[in-house]
Amino acid sequence: MKLPDTLRFATRAATGYPLRTFLMVLAMSIGVAAVVVLTALGDGARRYVVNEFASLGSNLVIVLPGRSETGGFNPVNAVTSTPRDLTVGDAQAITRAPAVLRTAPITVGTSEAVFNGKLRDVTIVGTTADYLKLRRMELAQGRFLPAEDANAAVAVIGAKIQSELFGNQPALGQVLRIGDRRLRIIGVLGQSGQGLGMNADEVVILPVTVAQAMFDTNTLFRILVEARGRPLIEQARAQALEIVKARHDGEEDVTVITQDAVLETFDRILGTLTYGVAGIAAISLAVAGILVMNVMLVAVALRTNEIGLLKALGAEAGAIRNAFLAEATLLSASGALVGYLLGQLGAFALRTAVPTLPAYPPDWAVIAALLTALSTGLLFGVMPARRAAQLDAVQALAKR
Amino acid sequence: MALIELTGIERSFTLGDSEVHALAGLDLAINAGEYVAVMGQSGSGKSTLLNLLGLLDHPNTGAYRLEGRDVTTLTADEQARVRRERIGFVFQSFHLVPRLTAAENIALPLMLAGIEPAERSRRVDKALQDFGLANRADHRPDQLSGGQRQRVAIARATIMQPAVILADEPTGNLDRATGEDVIHLLEMLNAGGVTLIMVTHDAALGARARRRVVMQDGRKMTDEAT
Repeated sequence: MKLPDTLRFATRAATGYPLRTFLMVLAMSIGVAAVVVLTALGDGARRYVVNEFASLGSNLVIVLPGRSETGGFNPVNAVTSTPRDLTVGDAQAITRAPAVLRTAPITVGTSEAVFNGKLRDVTIVGTTADYLKLRRMELAQGRFLPAEDANAAVAVIGAKIQSELFGNQPALGQVLRIGDRRLRIIGVLGQSGQGLGMNADEVVILPVTVAQAMFDTNTLFRILVEARGRPLIEQARAQALEIVKARHDGEEDVTVITQDAVLETFDRILGTLTYGVAGIAAISLAVAGILVMNVMLVAVALRTNEIGLLKALGAEAGAIRNAFLAEATLLSASGALVGYLLGQLGAFALRTAVPTLPAYPPDWAVIAALLTALSTGLLFGVMPARRAAQLDAVQALAKR
Repeated sequence: MALIELTGIERSFTLGDSEVHALAGLDLAINAGEYVAVMGQSGSGKSTLLNLLGLLDHPNTGAYRLEGRDVTTLTADEQARVRRERIGFVFQSFHLVPRLTAAENIALPLMLAGIEPAERSRRVDKALQDFGLANRADHRPDQLSGGQRQRVAIARATIMQPAVILADEPTGNLDRATGEDVIHLLEMLNAGGVTLIMVTHDAALGARARRRVVMQDGRKMTDEAT
């Protein structure tokens, strides 16, 4: 029996039992579609986080108060459990490090902003003039915090705060009351969209000392450090750590992380997650494979007569085995194809529903899903096909 | 030289713990062009004999020579080839593939033999003409009458121009008139030179054959020619 004939014979057999074929293709396609959609989701989440970090600014080193490393037991830590404050002075000292271009101390809190009887909860960010450049932000109107006066009673507001509190009125020059302080608005930020964790459109930026006084604190939330270039990130990290350590009586009570390290960690975690969901979805493929075997075994049982006839007509065992194997392959191949299309459709629906999530299935997942579908179909088709080929012709013909 | 030569054939099955001798010490020679009816009650071994002649079953001992060639020692694939090229089967229950059309059913042996599609359709068209099935080519078996189905089966059995046709109760599922047509068709083929071996328990049908072999308990009871 020639290959085209085998294929056509298998196709006729598959189309000869439409319901069975439909269910089979459905099962296989759900498996493949699950892999495609779930990996699209996982990889989409990974890309989303990576993009968010990239939008934070480049060449960033972040200094956090307190130690987060789980090193060995350190007697110094045991004596002084409370970390020293991370101060504006620390930030200024880091700025003088050779590998550092600029720094921005950050203190964060929430408060109520009132203008003209309108009241709104806002996120307060206390920082310095360099923050704007460091975060690669744009101003829509006015100017940013002055570099020379860290105590000025001024504020820069986010675009959304502007539109909600002031509407169409000009905000520049107006006095905004935050808590018990009155601050003159000197700038409005441009629309910036998302920024990890906080929406830059909903913040009010104050000089760092003003914000610290407002929240009655001396310690900073973070110090953002920008290295002079990408190759200098590691040096900037080491220098920043060294400076703070020296200022804190030789105690290493801060954690300095690079953006790349954080990014890598997230990349790794979410990458692993993607593999994980791909694995879970692959189980449904294995189930579909077993279904192929079941369906083909039933087909052999139902077509025993036909197999006996083919043998009587002079079909070799190999020809019969190939015909059934071709049928199993055909079923799983069309299942894989339909599943691929369904999966891409699902990923497209996800992207449409959540535009910020770049839910594209990774190539490796698509290829792996298709190959797995095909090979499970083939693998689980072997046993039924062999069984068909080994049937005894006399008994097969006699069966009713 | 006889077309078919069976010597000392034994065939036994084990049913439970008892051994059943379906064929015992059978010698039979059939010449090319003969018209033989194999008769006997059920259990007499006539179906086993037919399966054996069609290389669907193997003797425990004894030799089967087809066209002078010992076919019992061939491999399974070689036997399949012999079946394909030298033997045509006609069954009581037709055994057509239900999802294939009449033409496709007739073409099955050609397809299994790997004959080119063009040559295939040429030979199938001719067969459809010869067997009066030209306007039924695209009908599936469930759209055909019993007589038409058996004609399709006979067309399929003869499409490879075999040396021998083995018919197992070919009229068993047909009414008298249709059965008569089918027998007539088989006899026409026999007249054309094909050896016809037909299993039947119908005495009237048996009487039409030129030679009758009557089986009982796996042995040849009578073997008479007219």
